[in-house]
Amino acid sequence: MLTRRIIPCLDVIRNRVTKGVKFQNNVDLGDPVQLAAKYYDDGCDELVVYDITASHERRRTDLDMVAAVARAVRVPFAVGGGVSSVADMEAILLAGAEKVSVNSLAVASPQIISEGARAFGSQCVVLGMDPVKTDDLRSCPSGYEITTRGFRNRTGMDAVEWARRAEDLGVGEIVVNSVDADGTRAGFELTITRLVADAVGVPVVASGGAGRPAHIRDAFNLGHADAAIVAGMLHTGEWTIGAIKAELARDGVPVRIERGS
Amino acid sequence: MRGALRTDNGGFSQVIAIVDYKAGNLTSVRLAFESIGASARILRDPEGIRACDKVLFPGVGAAGAAMKNLRELGLEPVLRERIAAGVPFLGICLGTQILFERSEEDGGIDCLGLLRGRVRRFVARNHAEKIPEMGWNQVKIARRHPLLSGIPDGSDFYFVHSFYPAPDESADVVGTTNYCGVEFASMVGRGNLAATQFHPEKSGRIGLRLLANFAAWDGSSEAV
Repeated sequence: MLTRRIIPCLDVIRNRVTKGVKFQNNVDLGDPVQLAAKYYDDGCDELVVYDITASHERRRTDLDMVAAVARAVRVPFAVGGGVSSVADMEAILLAGAEKVSVNSLAVASPQIISEGARAFGSQCVVLGMDPVKTDDLRSCPSGYEITTRGFRNRTGMDAVEWARRAEDLGVGEIVVNSVDADGTRAGFELTITRLVADAVGVPVVASGGAGRPAHIRDAFNLGHADAAIVAGMLHTGEWTIGAIKAELARDGVPVRIERGS
Repeated sequence: MRGALRTDNGGFSQVIAIVDYKAGNLTSVRLAFESIGASARILRDPEGIRACDKVLFPGVGAAGAAMKNLRELGLEPVLRERIAAGVPFLGICLGTQILFERSEEDGGIDCLGLLRGRVRRFVARNHAEKIPEMGWNQVKIARRHPLLSGIPDGSDFYFVHSFYPAPDESADVVGTTNYCGVEFASMVGRGNLAATQFHPEKSGRIGLRLLANFAAWDGSSEAV
């Protein structure tokens, strides 16, 4: 049986992992390569690394960091931030990442999804989306609107329609990162996660709000997600991947538990 | 002699050719071999591949484009030749699929025909079954194989694929995995040719074990 994936997320600013709440009050958590190696040793199923200030600082992704992470782990990882072209995607993949995540870029230029999928295969192209609740049901019938540029910009685009369109364009996976839940550690935004997961045939990753293993279980069982991103609950040292998976297994969630090799 | 000689530094004395036929990213395969001390080179020229002791045939992307590239680069003869010569050969993912006779991808593609059978597309039976299959799934061992030495039955490996091998010969099936209601052949083997639908290079320590077994393999199919 295909297991549910637990994916630690490293938000990197100038080669340091940081964690904030809704992109505010960032705290330094250390070296990204060391943290990636630690989570790999602890049994994470995949990793995500976001160079979160690359786009803002108008520079390309830190490829040295990507290459160092690639040497440190033997599980797949995705990289986001600083991508503005197919050439940028290629550089990230050649540095050793399996997937490239596009977010604001795809909203501005949706063809990056189809171009990336054609060049490298759908499995390499991840769409990150940052939906926020809205009352404007005329432009956003699902009740969720896509934001960009670290939640600063509202687009008027419906989140579920955007997910369907991205699937048509050839995206391989969609990360639903709730603006309202991000960094709160009070649980994932299950409604939009489920709306997107039920609307598309590609895997959906829940992101934003994980604080306890029960939140992750709910993202799978109620949010219909295929994978879950965790950050704060790991970075603080309060939880380990192993402990999270043990709790999930107890709750009947299929997870990968590493055995001796 | 083709036996695997371990060198003093814990590495392997033989050189593995990672075949580059423009079918996806080979960095992670190279890094995985590097991390276990095996010597592997990414190669696109037939002469270079011929000079190596083993062949790793990877690949991600679409079968049609892969077959086209393989032919344009003139690599089909050297692959056949190396397999016929008894050189240890490992296919991964798309590399595995195009070893079969035909794939359902892109409306039907003729493939290498080095293994008998077809490659079929998953059909989701409900919303919970996503295509591609992406993530870790168990490999049930159908028969012992040198590449599975030290690997427990039911171990999790990393998969990313929308199509799966359906061999004609049950004797070719080494391991099986269940997805979308299909118990498909996730690992196949015939003599010195072995192939996995999963990605050992991305499957953590258990995947490295399989690659180390390959680096040490002499191509005989007897279980150890």
